Amino acid sequence: MNRRLFSVIGGALLLAVCTPRDDSTARAAAADTVTVEDVQAGATISGKVRFTGTAPRNPSIDMSEEAACKAKYKAPPTEENVVAGAANALANVFVYVKSGVPAGQKFTAPTAAVVLDQDGCRYHPHVLGIMVGQPLEILNTDPVLHNIKAVAKANRPFNVSQPSAGMKTNRTFAAPEVMVNLECNVHGWMKAYLGVRPDPFYAVTGPDGSFSIKGLPPGTYTIEAWHERFGTQTATVTVAGAAPKTQDFTFAAH
Amino acid sequence: MISALLALTIFVAQDTTAGKAVYVKWCAGCHGDAGAGDGEAARYMLPHPRDFTGAIYQIRSTASGELPTDADLLRAVDQGLPGTAMPGWKTRLSDRERRDVVAYLKTFSTFFADTSVHPKGLDFGRPPGGGSGAEALRVGRQFYDSIGCRKCHGDLGRGDGPSAPTLKDDALRPIFAADLTQNWRFNGGGAVEDIYHRLRTGLDGTPMPSFSDLVEQKFLTEEQLWRVAQYVRSLSPSEAPSVRDVIHAPQITESLPRSPGDSAWTRVDAYWFPLVGQVIRKSRWFAPAVSGVSVQAVHTRDSLALRVVWDDRSQSPDSSWLTHIGRVFAALAGDDSASAPPAPGLWPDQLAVQFPLTIPQGMERPYFLMGNATAPVYQWRWSSQGGAVAGVARGLDRFDPAAGGGTVGAQAVYDHGQWRVVLARALATADTAHELQVRTGRAIPVAFFAWDGSNGEHGTRMAVSTWYFLALDEPTPASVFISPVIAMALTLALGMLVVWRAQRPK
Repeated sequence: MNRRLFSVIGGALLLAVCTPRDDSTARAAAADTVTVEDVQAGATISGKVRFTGTAPRNPSIDMSEEAACKAKYKAPPTEENVVAGAANALANVFVYVKSGVPAGQKFTAPTAAVVLDQDGCRYHPHVLGIMVGQPLEILNTDPVLHNIKAVAKANRPFNVSQPSAGMKTNRTFAAPEVMVNLECNVHGWMKAYLGVRPDPFYAVTGPDGSFSIKGLPPGTYTIEAWHERFGTQTATVTVAGAAPKTQDFTFAAH
Repeated sequence: MISALLALTIFVAQDTTAGKAVYVKWCAGCHGDAGAGDGEAARYMLPHPRDFTGAIYQIRSTASGELPTDADLLRAVDQGLPGTAMPGWKTRLSDRERRDVVAYLKTFSTFFADTSVHPKGLDFGRPPGGGSGAEALRVGRQFYDSIGCRKCHGDLGRGDGPSAPTLKDDALRPIFAADLTQNWRFNGGGAVEDIYHRLRTGLDGTPMPSFSDLVEQKFLTEEQLWRVAQYVRSLSPSEAPSVRDVIHAPQITESLPRSPGDSAWTRVDAYWFPLVGQVIRKSRWFAPAVSGVSVQAVHTRDSLALRVVWDDRSQSPDSSWLTHIGRVFAALAGDDSASAPPAPGLWPDQLAVQFPLTIPQGMERPYFLMGNATAPVYQWRWSSQGGAVAGVARGLDRFDPAAGGGTVGAQAVYDHGQWRVVLARALATADTAHELQVRTGRAIPVAFFAWDGSNGEHGTRMAVSTWYFLALDEPTPASVFISPVIAMALTLALGMLVVWRAQRPK
């Protein structure tokens, strides 16, 4: 009697543990790591970001305390809170795939660094994207002291100094985060925003407000557009095959 | 196996349970029930208590952005952070309790969750040989300049650099660059080793960066960074000032030194008095910028001069500090309506020196917070906008200037983050009803008040001291030396007379 009971229970346990996985999980397990080459083959979501209303004026920056930076400008420089192009195009919008990428899919970060330059006491670019594990190379082109302070919640923060031109510092980020704020405390107007993503599906709009996210496998995605002042907007886009899709965003100026 | 797992879970749970009991009793009042730095007392402090949920720690031995080691956390619990509201708990908690509470506060952040990872402290090496004489300090100053310290800390280290008005911490609260001449208030300790550690690790959560990269990139050597630490240490006195109760004002024969730069002041002893926020009467002030005053006094036969020196990062009024003032009002609890903190204004720097209206006979003194109607006080009020006025105060709300502003004169100098003010007056004045008549040889109660206008301080929002004493020393009269000699001579003569009479043959 005991022996039969044991074999029934043991058999049931074995069955529960050893049931073959269904097809989709098996496929996903096989396609675990995606290389950049795979990504080239997918579809593209592109669009334009605009805003309605009147853009607030960007305050001008008083660089009197830093002559070496002030000398680099003919006209007094302004902050970059809202950078507008022709026909109310909105630049510096970080557009990225917030969800929809199959769980478990891993992407190899490029070894080539994303470069952040400090020139004329401003960060170039002002908004940028990077992948988890990809190196960020911070370069100082100014002959003055800058410190680079990263304020982050999902990533570890840091604060390093670069007192002279030509100095380079490399950092990587271990977790996705939108956004890691970068600032200089010697020059309080300096700000940059770094979007850290686990996949390469992100873009930053240029002066014409356009963005293009390439290489998406078929599926339904939530796309988010982030702007430092106007906030965020999301949209759902379904992609099938290689046909490109268009998704525009319109923010209300405030 | 299962029982072993159960035992382990109970063991781990007991650690944090004991730690939680310690935390709730001693820490939660400031650091909050969920460790978010939002306890009841938090809004009365600048800087705020630490928010443990982000695992960002200021005083560590690890690299910038890294987690602290357990030893770092234990050190903060034992010694506290000088210059902040965090006290040392070494005498209050047992060894078991302090370890338990450190284990508990790590549970506030998921960054500590991977217990197999042990943060590693930096290898700080040892201070270089060669002492810290003139050559070492010269090198230290050279690199103090080249790595840009003056941008925040100022040319003479008093925290008055050009970037100082814009500084804020991670939570966008206002923060001051340390006054490097007051090393007893450095958050991580004031010794050369402590300063060197801060240069290497940076202070996470604040604008102070790490300079370790510069060593790796060969911008400077470790030895040169040690020299910077030695130079910074040299900006502070060898010991923290001790508080003495009585300011002795010697009598001088030369003319009264009315200017702060007069060389006569270099020969006069200075007395340090700490100042704290006015937290008794609304509108209260919980985080004053002026931490203390240094006072010297001299008098001639008919006049008194007081030289008061204090560190102030800004020469107020100064519009570049308006944003900072707004941040202070937003960060600090105030007595204004919660929905409308006061608007930042352009207020001057001020000093008040307070005496009783008449020298008391016994120990009873007027109420230290500017007296009251029955026991008024006499004050010299100096402002960076308008010199000094003497008058009578009857409480915080009533100050009556003496006729013509009284007879007190003032000369003031602002130099690289420091005010130096000399207030001078005749000992006896005509207006005996409204001005204190100063006498030598008596202990005259004295108290001090200071306002840093560019920190939002005005009206009752000020720094205050308690009563101390001022004594105008009378010169030792010649009779003190001559009378013993005469007494000895007389005694000798009498003694000789007695002996002579006794030895006279009958």
